[in-house]
Amino acid sequence: MGRKLVSVLLTAAMTTALFSGCTTDKETAVTKSEDEQTATSDSSGEVKSKTSEFSGDLTVLTHRTDLIDTKFADYKKEFEARYPDVTIKFEAITDYEGDVAIRMGTKDYGDVLMLPGSVPSNEFADYFEPLGSVEELSNKYKEEFLNAKISQGQVYGLPSCANAQGVVYNKRIFKEAGITQTPKTPEEFLNALQKIKDNTDAIPYYTNYAAGWTLTAWEDHAWGSVTGDANYHNNVIIHEKDPFREGTSHYTVYKLLYDIVSKGLCEKDPVTTDWEQSKVMLNNGEIGCMMLGSWSISQMKGAGSNGDDIGYMPFPTNINGVQYATAGADYCFGINVNSQQKALARAWIDFMVDESGFALSEGSISILKNDPLPETLKDFSEVTFIVDEPATAQNEGLFDELSNTSEVSLNTDVEKKRIVEAAMGNTNESFDDIMNDWNEKWATGQKELGLEVE
Amino acid sequence: MDDVTDSKLTFHEMGKKRFSSRKVQKNVVIILFLFAPLLLLIVFTYMPFTDMVRYSFFKWNGTSKTMKCIGVKNYIEVFTRPEYFGVLKTSLYYLVGSFVQIGLALYFATILNFKVRFSNFFKGAIFFPYLINGVAIGFVFLYFFKSGGTLNSILTAFGVAEEKIPLWLNNRSLINVSLAFVSVWRYMGQNMVMFSGAMASVNSDLYEASELDGANRWQQFRYIILPNIKLVVSLNMILAVKGAISVFEIPYIMTNGGNGSATFVTKTLETAFTMKKVGLASAMGVVLLIFILIITLIQKKFFEGKEA
Repeated sequence: MGRKLVSVLLTAAMTTALFSGCTTDKETAVTKSEDEQTATSDSSGEVKSKTSEFSGDLTVLTHRTDLIDTKFADYKKEFEARYPDVTIKFEAITDYEGDVAIRMGTKDYGDVLMLPGSVPSNEFADYFEPLGSVEELSNKYKEEFLNAKISQGQVYGLPSCANAQGVVYNKRIFKEAGITQTPKTPEEFLNALQKIKDNTDAIPYYTNYAAGWTLTAWEDHAWGSVTGDANYHNNVIIHEKDPFREGTSHYTVYKLLYDIVSKGLCEKDPVTTDWEQSKVMLNNGEIGCMMLGSWSISQMKGAGSNGDDIGYMPFPTNINGVQYATAGADYCFGINVNSQQKALARAWIDFMVDESGFALSEGSISILKNDPLPETLKDFSEVTFIVDEPATAQNEGLFDELSNTSEVSLNTDVEKKRIVEAAMGNTNESFDDIMNDWNEKWATGQKELGLEVE
Repeated sequence: MDDVTDSKLTFHEMGKKRFSSRKVQKNVVIILFLFAPLLLLIVFTYMPFTDMVRYSFFKWNGTSKTMKCIGVKNYIEVFTRPEYFGVLKTSLYYLVGSFVQIGLALYFATILNFKVRFSNFFKGAIFFPYLINGVAIGFVFLYFFKSGGTLNSILTAFGVAEEKIPLWLNNRSLINVSLAFVSVWRYMGQNMVMFSGAMASVNSDLYEASELDGANRWQQFRYIILPNIKLVVSLNMILAVKGAISVFEIPYIMTNGGNGSATFVTKTLETAFTMKKVGLASAMGVVLLIFILIITLIQKKFFEGKEA
């Protein structure tokens, strides 16, 4: 009897503890949010001096797991020195896209976050706070980069920095192979890789097939670099008939990938590539080049002791002698629409973009109008940057929708892997088979979405 | 305090009260103990499951606030398009692999069942892979199969020419065999332990008697051990079919379903989170569930009345 009583009491106690645990949490949360609300209303009053303007915690989600203890810690210190009552809390997320997309199903996705690429533009207003109209912000920032995350004229994400798309390569290896001029056509590029294969021990091109996302860098060239047309991505291809036929930008870009692999100008065993290792190998001269955005330059330089060997060149293509390069915003800072710290969040974004000097220190393009091109992109002085124009009102969100519906899934690595697998001879498909299949799927998708096709 | 209240009651009333309070207590205990697991079960299993079934009738990208009901179109797509249903072919490799696995497990369990020196050590060593985290196993074997990796070094050490060694994960006809091998390596120990357990319950007098009759080891296995552990073996076979259909960890970590190693589950994941077709992926999830249910029903039918 006595023992039973004890067990009853124990269970009861445990259950109460369980519930009281929840309640206490909730209560604290409520008080906290009230505090935050007061803080926000204070700041909108704009009477108080700057130091006491903000208080409380600001949660910042970031994909830069590599900088969290170094550069970001310094920015945090600087920012907190300016607003002593504020605490910045970073949450660095390794699988940023995947994790944040899932968290966005709740209201808890930080105060400041990098807008995940998977959110279509017509849904921005549901999740993020507008940061201002393009006209307003273009006084201070380069207008072409503001277009990255806009919906109906409002900017929802401010780029942390901007990147050009090109080829990161080892200058020493290119020189040792006897390549004196940077290739300007796909044929010249293939010849250059062949020379590297013949004259050096390096792997001419490293696909980084296993990592997957690394293959998506190819896609960017199919927009500005090859077409020279800023409207192609968001406004043209969705209405184009057979956009993957011979002679189109996608055909050109992926034919190059196919040729590199089928001619054996890449690593022997693409299925077991290792992204982290590839950085070291490029730095050491074990790899000739890789197709990656300019964001990768600083990582390649930092991966070993031969940082000075790392160079960056435009995608090997030209239109009547003029070279273009796709350029675009990197991850953009946005504010959670459910945040209680919107004003403070904005202050952090302004600090990061305008004052921290983050973009240039990363070797990326700064979106501030007054900032020069970074040192790393000096080979691009003759190159015209093409930044995608946003979709017009009637095309808004259609590219992503069509790309997914058709399952050509241009933003992902799925079909790129298929090209590499075919080029290795692992499937019975020829390159043209794949392109024809893409055309078919694209047409089906266009029909399903009821798009006009020209 | 009890004494004060009790003194006012008759013996009969006291008993009644004690009885009813005990009954109440019992119910309270039952309810309180069941509450937590049931809550967890409902929140983390049944609610997501009903959501999944609901999503499978919609066209939805996973984040959008609008969902379009399209009836059973997703299910039609799962069954008619070879890129979705066709990946079940990959499971055949794992199915064959798991029969090899059961064979090996039986072999080792039998050997270790007879008097062998260090038998417990060997049992431990064979069981050990099952204890390692699946992600770690994925990475270990990625290096194992790499060109210039562990396997190739071993083979070259035995005098096999480097050029003659295939790329284990690059070769389409080998990749699923290689991956199924990893699966065999990982799960064999578990099978073995189950078989050993079953064998331990065989009466040792039978061995002695058969030895006197001049039975050899194979005959002992064939006529004593196997009939006695038949149920466990067939249970493992049915579990193997289930496992083969829902293979996930090894191909997902090692190759991310690339180069023809996609299984039904990795394909489902890709459909949901890469292609953003959550509705279609949910339908795939439901289809997988139905397969597993069917196999479970067969299993139930098979073992009905055979237990005890």
